[in-house]
Amino acid sequence: MATVTATVPGPRQRARHWFAGFATRETWAAFAFLSPWLFGFVVFTAGPMVASLILSFTDYSIIQTTHNVGWDNYHHLVHDSKVRSAMKTTLIYTAMVVPAHVALSLGLAMVLARIGRLAGVFRTIFYLPVMTPAVAVGVLYLLLFNGDHGVINSGLGLVGIHGPFWETDPNWVKPSLVLMHLWKVGASVVILLAALMAVPQHLYEASAMDGASKWRRFWDVTVPMISPALFFIVIINTIAALQTFDEVYTAFFNASTPFGTDATLFYAIYLFQEAFTNFHMGYASALAWGLFLVIAVVTVIQVVGSRRFVYYEGDKR
Amino acid sequence: MTSPQGPIATTGEGPGSVPVPPVPVVAPEGRPWYQFPSSASLLGRAFYLVLLTFLTAIFLYPFLWAVSASLKPREEVFDNKLIPRHWQPSNYLDVFRGVPDIATGAPFQRWLINSLYIGALAAITVTISSALVAFAFAYFRFPLRNFLFGCVLATMMLPGAVTMIPVYLIWNKIHLTGTQYPLWASNLFASAFYIFLLRQFFLGIPRELFEASRMDGDSYLTMFWRIALPLAKPALIVTAVLEFKASWTDLTKPLIYLRQDDQFTIPRGIYNLLGLLGPSAGGHGDYQIVIAGTVLATVPMIIIFFLGQRYFIEGIATQGRKG
Repeated sequence: MATVTATVPGPRQRARHWFAGFATRETWAAFAFLSPWLFGFVVFTAGPMVASLILSFTDYSIIQTTHNVGWDNYHHLVHDSKVRSAMKTTLIYTAMVVPAHVALSLGLAMVLARIGRLAGVFRTIFYLPVMTPAVAVGVLYLLLFNGDHGVINSGLGLVGIHGPFWETDPNWVKPSLVLMHLWKVGASVVILLAALMAVPQHLYEASAMDGASKWRRFWDVTVPMISPALFFIVIINTIAALQTFDEVYTAFFNASTPFGTDATLFYAIYLFQEAFTNFHMGYASALAWGLFLVIAVVTVIQVVGSRRFVYYEGDKR
Repeated sequence: MTSPQGPIATTGEGPGSVPVPPVPVVAPEGRPWYQFPSSASLLGRAFYLVLLTFLTAIFLYPFLWAVSASLKPREEVFDNKLIPRHWQPSNYLDVFRGVPDIATGAPFQRWLINSLYIGALAAITVTISSALVAFAFAYFRFPLRNFLFGCVLATMMLPGAVTMIPVYLIWNKIHLTGTQYPLWASNLFASAFYIFLLRQFFLGIPRELFEASRMDGDSYLTMFWRIALPLAKPALIVTAVLEFKASWTDLTKPLIYLRQDDQFTIPRGIYNLLGLLGPSAGGHGDYQIVIAGTVLATVPMIIIFFLGQRYFIEGIATQGRKG
């Protein structure tokens, strides 16, 4: 058992105490419980990260002999026009989908929070698309947004709008993918609804007493109180959008839809092709680290930018 | 040794002592939805209801469209009528039989079985291993604990692309690419998000329960098995259900690791079908069959969702709460 000493122990004593901690039965038991994860962490996460970094400086391809190529992959990456276009596509899509996702899920959650006991039913309905496999979403996208026969364009035709060729027109691919993605906002609605319901009612009452308008109440009470949940949704969806793969790959990169062109070549898809179709694994590793860097930078910007907006209860700032 | 029979453990401190409080997955800070006061006026509520009904129609439409199209003959798939003019339920049989000349090797029943058992293995292995690890972080005091838990959290943020290639090379090295093992076997080694989720739950269980078990002379493993696991049942179900869904819907891993079509999972199989049946690949555009397959892939998820709705909603809402 830990000995309680009245005096503050010196660094050497603390170090000894710390090392002694490894000898206890409890520590041994703890590491035994941890062993599955420790093994997995070394073999499937930490090891591969190091390996990926090393691979990115080679021309590894499984089949041929591997050479050390120094910074060539990264040099190539910067000048690869496909990388540039794929990154542009991915970033534009992300910039479109994240605000739309947040606005829609917040709107839905706020409506649900106002209708009382029926909220549970609608919440379930909005959640159902989240359960749909990505492949199914890709198939549905392909058929619903079909330029000639798709139901979206038929519907637009009813109100006299001649719908665009969503899937083949490079200008309309991203907006249509955003629309399809918005079908899956349900998880965020659940998170925001839970956050909205946790806002103490008395804050609204106090705010109303001060004569604040509904609009003011939204910005001064609701938004600060749910800001951690909002922030979480922004971060998670940004990271996910930057890695967009499944739906787009299903719709545009199967054996029968060869029109997977520049407009639909997302970064993650290019990475996948380089790694597992062309077996340029060294280059693909460099691409992966490029993606990692972009995600890290975007996340850091969001975290720093959110400091002023996100309010954590019990925060002493 | 006092071994509690049910999930309600008594700690041997006399009757009625510490009847384990129902440990909610969700912290009890928010009101349940049905208690939420509807502050809007009658007119306002009517407006919201109309709006929501309209939105519901939009959200449900793709499902209805898919079910309807899956029952139509090929020529009518795109007629966009919700009630088929000609009913052709045999599409569902065609999914299993395959399409002559084009996709004869479309053993949907195999894919179904593959998806089921891979999903089950993935869910069971990740639940048990993550529970062990989560319990270690929640209960034991040991050096490096915070550092290691920081590593767990860090791996949650790591994009999969970074480790994808070396992990493939590992499976390749031990000659398991082209088999189904890579789809679930790494779940034996726990997964960061579930460790986080389960640890939160274990932390909510009163420590006295574990101490009491230790007093009774239980080993750590017995304590984990007899006390921790039964009490954590709701969180274990959340984990298993979320992972089953993740495995069932995954496309990337099957794309990377599976080669023969009798090994495919349903999403991988549908991806293949979609490619084979399309006109430019020599098919006739038999989308009704692809859609039937899509419906069959989705229905189990809907069923599971309705069975475990509480667990899903709580699991998801917990994600948000960690902020």
